[in-house]
Amino acid sequence: MSRIRVLVGTRKGAFILTADGTRRKWDVDGPHFGGWEMYHLKGSPINPDRLYASQTSSWFGQIIQRSDDGGKTWKTPGGESIPDPYGPPAGVSNKFVYDISPETGKPLTTHQWYDGTQHPWEFKRVWHLEPSLSNPDTVYAGVEDAALFRSTDGGQTWQELSGLREVKGHLWQPGAGGMCLHTIMLDPADPQRLFVAISAAGAFRTEDGGLTWKAINRGLQSQFELPDPDADVGHCVHCLAMHPHRPNVLFMQKHWDVMRSDDAGNSWYEISGDLPTDFGFPIAVHAHQPETVYVVPITSDSEHYPPGGRLRVYRSRSGGQEWEGLTQGLPQQDCYVNVLRDAMAVDSLDPCGVYVGTTGGQVYVSADDGDSWMSIVHDLPAVLSVEVQTLP
Amino acid sequence: MIRVLLPAHLRTLARLQGEVTLEVKQPVTIQAILDALETHYPMLQGTIREHVTHRRRPFVRFFACEQDFSNITPDTPLPEAVASGAEPFLIVGAMAGG
Repeated sequence: MSRIRVLVGTRKGAFILTADGTRRKWDVDGPHFGGWEMYHLKGSPINPDRLYASQTSSWFGQIIQRSDDGGKTWKTPGGESIPDPYGPPAGVSNKFVYDISPETGKPLTTHQWYDGTQHPWEFKRVWHLEPSLSNPDTVYAGVEDAALFRSTDGGQTWQELSGLREVKGHLWQPGAGGMCLHTIMLDPADPQRLFVAISAAGAFRTEDGGLTWKAINRGLQSQFELPDPDADVGHCVHCLAMHPHRPNVLFMQKHWDVMRSDDAGNSWYEISGDLPTDFGFPIAVHAHQPETVYVVPITSDSEHYPPGGRLRVYRSRSGGQEWEGLTQGLPQQDCYVNVLRDAMAVDSLDPCGVYVGTTGGQVYVSADDGDSWMSIVHDLPAVLSVEVQTLP
Repeated sequence: MIRVLLPAHLRTLARLQGEVTLEVKQPVTIQAILDALETHYPMLQGTIREHVTHRRRPFVRFFACEQDFSNITPDTPLPEAVASGAEPFLIVGAMAGG
């Protein structure tokens, strides 16, 4: 029988939750890296025991951790103690240095600050790690201030794909959580095609492996966030999702509005339909039904909690517009938590499992496509990310 | 030998317990101590000072002999008590929050 491993990043450490395919009885392992902010953990799709983790702290900066045994042990790739301390220094896995222009020695561009003035790029942390679909030593990192890095040596060294920032980077600006590159999607059908999303810059696509990029924000409207509501860049995209068998169909949770594209992001249209509110953070697609989409509506940009204190995951079985609130097993009174953008995921069992982690420290699972839910754990630190591995 | 005391998170990261003792070239300065520390424990690179600029991270402080050395230039010689190992050099996470 298949097994499930859930990788949970929280404000105070990482936790690994495991269960068999029934998804009823769970073992909880952790905290790993106790006391550190664990923004994201994700496993390689071709070597599930190869995990990458982003460990970060306002005090001590960014660390990348790697496991080759499914999270039992970890190491900082390239940061191991070396036998001869006077030998050549090892690589350092936490070194994220923006590409610099040889002419000025300064970051290639500045971006917009909250007040509209220009501000230099400053590395803060890694928000998202996306392992390659074909090589376990290749992994992408989405960082704050927004940029995309790639490692081809198992996380030991990182190089920026700086062509991304050339797409009107001077007009990007930080959202409330900082200017972060939070979504990285790899096209299973075309290894040269990647999608990323940035708050607040929008969605971007490359078709040459990351060398050059194009803004794919046509159809987005940000009436109260941008002076030009349908600008090329500057939109606060919160999350993207796609079904791996249908990489031209993209779903987006924007700051406000749930959106859909049927042409790989060339154009978008709104599918918020009958949602109680179209503000939210995560969005996910069912593992076997490409038209089944999940969102977690939040009251508003200033009230980051579910409407009425009722935590409801909304499901559309028609690719948007018509949504149903899923409530069975979720708290339906006095619940004022949030589900952050990387804190919803699906497994690939049948029926599909859906997982959400909350800022209140709960991780909920539905083992029946979202019809009913149970809490796996309920008193973790605030959950920043949830990823699921379906293991043989 | 120089004695260095790290904050708990960095001791965990470097898999250390208690004080670190380091051989540091003379004159003993913050730069020399951090160079030696990062050479022995490469995973600490970037956690105390920035990779490229070598600027102290904003939430890190340096104390020794009941004094704050956080804002001296990194090549300033430290007190003899630190250089001789009589007193430890403290790398501290700044107080922040509640």
